[in-house]
Amino acid sequence: MTLGVSNISCVRGHKPLFAPVSFSLQAGQALHVEGDNGVGKTSLLRIICGLSPADAGEVLWNGKALNRLHPEAVEAFRATLCYMGHNLSLKDELTALENLLFDAQVAGRSLSHDTAMDALRKMGLNTRAHLPLRVLSQGQKRRTALARLSVTDAKLWVLDEPFVALDAQSLDSLCVLLASHVQQGGMLLYTSHQAVALSQPHGPAVDIRPLRLVGA
Amino acid sequence: MNMFRANFWLHYAGPQAFYGLAGRLWPWCAALAVALGVWGLWLGFMVAPADAQQGEGYRIIFVHVPASWMSMVIYMAMAFWSVLGLTFNTRLSGMMTRALAPTGAMFAFLSLWTGALWGKPMWGTWWVWDARLTSELILFFLYLGYIALTSAIDDQRRGDRAGALIAIVGAINVPIIYFSVKWWNTLHQGASVSLTKSPSMAQVMLWGMLLMAMCFWLYTIALVLYRVRTTILQRESHTAWVQTIVQEAA
Amino acid sequence: MIWQAFCAVLRRDLLLAWRRKSEGLSAVFFFVVVAALFPLGIGPELNVLRNIAPGVLWVGALLSSMLALQRLFEADFRDGTLEQMALSPIAMPLLIGAKMLAHWLVSGLPLVLLAPVLGLQFDLSGEALVTLTFALLLGTPILSLVGGVGAALTLGVRGGGVLLSLLVLPLFVPVLVFGAGAVEAQVSGLGVQAHLSILMAMLLPALFFGPLASAFALRIALE
Repeated sequence: MTLGVSNISCVRGHKPLFAPVSFSLQAGQALHVEGDNGVGKTSLLRIICGLSPADAGEVLWNGKALNRLHPEAVEAFRATLCYMGHNLSLKDELTALENLLFDAQVAGRSLSHDTAMDALRKMGLNTRAHLPLRVLSQGQKRRTALARLSVTDAKLWVLDEPFVALDAQSLDSLCVLLASHVQQGGMLLYTSHQAVALSQPHGPAVDIRPLRLVGA
Repeated sequence: MNMFRANFWLHYAGPQAFYGLAGRLWPWCAALAVALGVWGLWLGFMVAPADAQQGEGYRIIFVHVPASWMSMVIYMAMAFWSVLGLTFNTRLSGMMTRALAPTGAMFAFLSLWTGALWGKPMWGTWWVWDARLTSELILFFLYLGYIALTSAIDDQRRGDRAGALIAIVGAINVPIIYFSVKWWNTLHQGASVSLTKSPSMAQVMLWGMLLMAMCFWLYTIALVLYRVRTTILQRESHTAWVQTIVQEAA
Repeated sequence: MIWQAFCAVLRRDLLLAWRRKSEGLSAVFFFVVVAALFPLGIGPELNVLRNIAPGVLWVGALLSSMLALQRLFEADFRDGTLEQMALSPIAMPLLIGAKMLAHWLVSGLPLVLLAPVLGLQFDLSGEALVTLTFALLLGTPILSLVGGVGAALTLGVRGGGVLLSLLVLPLFVPVLVFGAGAVEAQVSGLGVQAHLSILMAMLLPALFFGPLASAFALRIALE
C-alpha cells in the first residue's frame, strides 16, 4: 500500500495556495502536515481523499493516479480510507450509538451493537451512548467521532485537526489509538497545530514525518 | 497545419490559441452578418409580396422565425459544449457555454415578443398557451436558470461544471416539454418549412427567412467569439501572455 | 452490504424526519393551506371549483415539493455526512436514491394521501379523486427525483431557494401538464390511460437518472 503525492498544487482565486507538494507514504508510517492558518492543509487533505480535484499534480494510490482508476479500484481505495474533516459528520438528533452504527453501515462495514458500545466505552462515553448528540458537549461529540476510528478496518486514516477540543485523558487515548494503528501497519496522515507524541503505553514512539506547507 | 489531424483541434482548445483564432474570425463574421442582414431585411420588407390573409403585418416573421430557430440552436450548442467540457475537462468549454447563454436568452426573449406582436393583430391575442409558445417560454426560463446558477457560484470551475449539468438536463427536457405541451393543446400553425416537404410559402419569403437566419447565426458567432475573448482575458489574467497584452494596451 | 447501506441511509433519514417533525410537516401544511385558500378566494361556485381543481391541487403539490426540496441535501452538506457518503465504497447514486426515497415518503406520500380529502372541497367526483391520487402517486416521486438534481446544484449557493425554483420549474412542467391533464381527461370523459402511461414513462427513467445526475452534481458541490 503506497500513497504518493506528486507536485500537487491547489488554486484559490487565481493564486496557488501552497508551493507544490510531493511525498510518499507507506504502510506503518505517519505524516504530520503542518503550516500556518489558511495555507491550505484542509484543501490538501481533501485532494488526497479525492473530494476535490488538484489544480496540478497527481495523487497516486499504489502507483496509479487516483483520478484515472477503474471503478473497482476506486471502491477499494474508498474502503481503505477513513477521513475525518472539520465537521464531525455526526447527526445531532441521533444518539452516539446510532451515529456509529449508521456511519459504519453507510460506509459498507458491518458493526455489531456490542462492538460499537465497546468503542464508545473506550472513549469514556458509555453513560452517554443513548443520549441524542445535541445534549453532549463539544468534547464528547469529538470523542464520538473518534470512536469511529477504533471500529473501522480502514488502513489509511486522513484526519483533519483530530486533537482539537480534547481533554488530557481523551488526548492520551487518541494518541494510543493512532500509535497502535500505525504500528500494526496502517497509514496515518493528519494536520494539527499541536505537536503530539504517538506511542502506546510503555512502547516506542511512532516516528512522525513532518510535512510543512509553505505559501506559494 | 493539416485540418484533419487531431492536434489541430487540440491546439485551439487552449485558451491562448483560441484567443488568437477568435480575434481573427469575429470581424469577418460580424461583417458577413451585417451584409446578410441587410439583404435579408430588404427581401423581407421590400421585395416579398404582402400576404393574402395577413397583409403587411406578417413581415415580422422574418425576425420571429429566425430568432426562434436560433434560440433552439444556441441551446443545443450549449449542450454540446457542456458534454465536451464534462468529458474532456477543458476550460474553454465552460467559457463558450457561458458566452452563448446571454445571446440565446436574448433570442428566446425576442422570439416571444415578436410572436406576441404578430399574434395581437393577427389572432387578437398577445399570448396563447399552445405547444410552441409555451415551450419557448420554458426555454427562456432554462436560459435564465443557467445564467442565474453560473452567476451565483463564485468558484468559476464549479460554476462551469454545475452549469454544464443543468444545460445537459435542460437539453434532454426540451423535446419532452415540447411534446407534453403539444399533446396538451395545439393552436400554432403546422410547420411551414420542413427539410423533407417542399415549403408552403413563396420562394422569396423563404429566402428572406433563411438569409435572416444566417445573419443571426453569424451575429451569434461573432458576438460569442468576442465575449469568449474577454472571458479568456479575465480568467487567464495571472498568465504571462495576458499580462503582456494588458501592458501593451495600457 | 449494498442493500444494508441503502436501508441504513433510508432509516437514518426517516428517523431524523421523525425527530425533527416540524420540518417535514411544513411542506405538507403548505399544500393544505393552498388547497384550502383557493375555494375561499375564488368563491363557492361549484362549477368553477370543479374546473380549477386539478390545476390548483397539482400546483399546490408542485410548490410544496419545491419548498421541501431545499431540505433534501442541506443538513447533510452542513454537518459533513454528505462527504462521508461521497467517500463510501458504496456507489453514491444508490445512497442518494435512498435519501430521495426517504424524502418522498416524508414530503410526497402525505400529499398523495391528502389530495383526495382536499379534492372533496372542490366537489370532484369519486373517479376524479381516484385519478388524482394515482397521478400524484406517479408524479410526486418524479418531482423528488428530478428536483434533487436542482437541489444538488444549488447547495450552498447564494439565493438558493429562488434559484432552485427557477432551475426545477422547467423540469416540472411536463409532470404538471400530464398530471393535471389526467384528471381533466377523466372529468371530461376521455381516457386517462394515455396520461398515466406517460407519467409512468417519465417516472422510470427518472428513477435511474435522477440519483445518478444528483450524485454527480453533489460531487461538484463538494469540490
